[in-house]
Amino acid sequence: MEREAIIRGLAAVLPPGALLASAEETRPWECDGLTLLRQRPLAVALPATAVELTALLRFCAAHRVPVVPRGAGTGLAGSALPLADGLLLSMARFNRILAVDVRSRTAVVQPGVRNLAISEAAAPHGLYYAPDPSSQIACTIGGNVAENSGGVHCLKYGLTLHNVLRVRALTIDGEELEFGSLAPDAPGLDLLAVVLGSEGMLAVMTEVTVRLVPAPETARCILASFGDVECAGNAVAALIAAGIIPAGLEMLDQAAVRLVEPFAHAGYDTAAAALLLCESDGTVDEVEAQIQRMERVLLDSGATRIAVSRDEAERQRFWAGRKNAFPAAGRAAPAYYCTDGTIPRQHIGRMLKAIQGMEQRYGLACPNVFHAGDGNLHPLVLFDDGDPDSVARAEAFGAEILEECLRLGGTITGEHGVGMEKINQMCSQFGRAELDAFTGVKRAFDPSGLLNPGKVIPTLHRCAEYGRVRVSGGRLPHPELPRF
Amino acid sequence: MQASPADLVEQVLAAAAARAPLCIRAGGSKDFYGGPVQGAVLDPRGWQGIQAYEPSELYVTARAGTALAEVEALLASRQQLLAFEPPHFGPGATIGGCVASGLSGPRRFASGYASGSLRDHVLGAQLLDGRGRLLRFGGTVIKNVAGYDVSRLLAGSLGILGVLLEVTLKVLPAPESESTLRFECGEAQGLDHLCQWRAQPLPISASLWRGGHLWVRLSGAAAGLQRACARLGGERIPQEEGRVLWDDLREHRLPEFHTTTTLWRIGVPDSAPPLALAGVQVIEGGGLRWLATALPASAIHARAQELGGHALRFRGGDRAATPFATLAAPLLAIHRRLKDEFDPARIFNPGRMHPEL
Repeated sequence: MEREAIIRGLAAVLPPGALLASAEETRPWECDGLTLLRQRPLAVALPATAVELTALLRFCAAHRVPVVPRGAGTGLAGSALPLADGLLLSMARFNRILAVDVRSRTAVVQPGVRNLAISEAAAPHGLYYAPDPSSQIACTIGGNVAENSGGVHCLKYGLTLHNVLRVRALTIDGEELEFGSLAPDAPGLDLLAVVLGSEGMLAVMTEVTVRLVPAPETARCILASFGDVECAGNAVAALIAAGIIPAGLEMLDQAAVRLVEPFAHAGYDTAAAALLLCESDGTVDEVEAQIQRMERVLLDSGATRIAVSRDEAERQRFWAGRKNAFPAAGRAAPAYYCTDGTIPRQHIGRMLKAIQGMEQRYGLACPNVFHAGDGNLHPLVLFDDGDPDSVARAEAFGAEILEECLRLGGTITGEHGVGMEKINQMCSQFGRAELDAFTGVKRAFDPSGLLNPGKVIPTLHRCAEYGRVRVSGGRLPHPELPRF
Repeated sequence: MQASPADLVEQVLAAAAARAPLCIRAGGSKDFYGGPVQGAVLDPRGWQGIQAYEPSELYVTARAGTALAEVEALLASRQQLLAFEPPHFGPGATIGGCVASGLSGPRRFASGYASGSLRDHVLGAQLLDGRGRLLRFGGTVIKNVAGYDVSRLLAGSLGILGVLLEVTLKVLPAPESESTLRFECGEAQGLDHLCQWRAQPLPISASLWRGGHLWVRLSGAAAGLQRACARLGGERIPQEEGRVLWDDLREHRLPEFHTTTTLWRIGVPDSAPPLALAGVQVIEGGGLRWLATALPASAIHARAQELGGHALRFRGGDRAATPFATLAAPLLAIHRRLKDEFDPARIFNPGRMHPEL
């Protein structure tokens, strides 16, 4: 079927204005949060009802049109990067909270509902939705499910995976699926576990039921300075070894502290080599006892300065610096590239030293913010997006960080997903047998292969190509080849 | 004697070539669970041993044939535990069988960081599939979203996709202290209490209702427990008696579980009203309604479905009939295709999860 006929066919199943196909209309949709990669889609659809969505999918299945689902487009790995011959399926109009039930502590929402909106709706009942990715004001629960998003409180409250009970979805043929249950242990294989984090490749979500948890009575935060990154890394391991599970445990290196302090005025110690933010939440007594234990461990681990938040305003101020790391990076350089990997906590110091070496080699600065409690790092590579050489160096820098994560026994993505950004490093993390098994899983859910094809699972050819790139030691021999 | 994966690969490939069913079985502690057990035994106990344990990294990696008791003893020596409190159901329980059966104990219903079922605590796994492939999924870190989460798909898969060779599980610090409270109340009132308390920030780590009493376990820092106990009221039962009670619930040693009729495991949303079915009942965590009854399977399944849940015949009854609730057709289609991807000759544990798989 030719392009124009497909567009006419798609428009025919939607109300006026719900299909965008002209160049001007589709340009704003050409990338998600990974702005390094851009591609205008064949068309953008904005269905608002299950009937419209089903009709769209059936049309796409019948005419072999690939479909790329998209939430708010805040994803940082390019999972929602459009395909030139594909439909970009925006779920933005599926934005209703269908129910908040206090008795079962659950909320039933459409996938286009924003993460924070769920907690806002639950707040009058003293409940909230725990996973809090830093984009929570804008990102949607559908995107969170697709990426199995994390946040700063994962160590204690889990990832999206641990907080989603049920997902309703459609196959590309418009058939209804229900994964998981509000009751414990749905029968059969745990398909929900696979759908979570499947980056829009297995089914199109229509409804998500999340678990709500009671808001803690109180929370307090410790701000601890360290004279050495290794020392700060060891303090993280020491806290866990002491049997403490903090509500949040974040780390900023000196470069990150100096980047955010002038911007956020958080009162950070700019002389420290690294800062730890260590939070406790719970009842007043629990928090009091835990803060005392945390202080002791941090001091024993060599903290040079310690401040404990005295009230909510001060706690918020402590967090303001961490939460403004990205905007501050945006101000400090023409562009920044935030990558995402996880390493065993004990190697945090080693990793930071390795990144310092890479800064020299690539000639780019890289401040670091970490979800230290999870060993999940977010290095911010600062570069100039107007300079192709700087862009290439930033990409190679990011790739080398991910390779280093693997060498240290970690993973190439902790919470952002693979998308297109990290597809090459999938060749390093997994062997061909595992990649084939992933292809098998995709086939089992989506025999047509039309749902977000080409993401996450690299082809044999791509891995061969990447292997050749890697041995050349960070220099890109064929800059004309698309690699992200 | 330590077998090698190569021996197991050979056994699997031979069975696949002959299309001869294999029954993956170690200690046999969960033989009763699921559909009929059939085929030549593949015993992974030759492949055992704890491979890595890093208390400060909060994980343990063990080969599938490792005794569950050995893993738990090692964790206990460092004041850590498997927070989902897996039932052993016999001295022969292995870590592989624990993950493959996917069964969790009372602490799965905990609030706070210890909450979640077995699958929530799986971080990685190595699988020998029906094509003889050795596959590694997941890893050792908590945050890991590279590729599909196949290691969690294996949790509770009853061996139908392949032989688990190694698993990595998240471990957590054991609670500083625990207290158990008892309340005299009827079923509906007990369920109401639980719903109200769970909507509050209380350190509840397990609950049990049976025979006109509700028991609640609280876990955490001593200071917090004192206040929570004062707030909830009830009668505080002696420490040792509490420990035995939760262990008896976990291992099904309570008298209600020793039934001459059929024991059903009925999972419902924890907000659901009483089952109102004839029989003797134990309620674990509000949402798991264990029912010993002679009622026909159809009546049980219908009531479970009506309440938004599902029933499974756990022990006793007609082993020839499938013990699980039926799967919707589109879901079953995905199951069939997954089975074909991992076990095209359909040799692993046929019928254990579903007559067609």
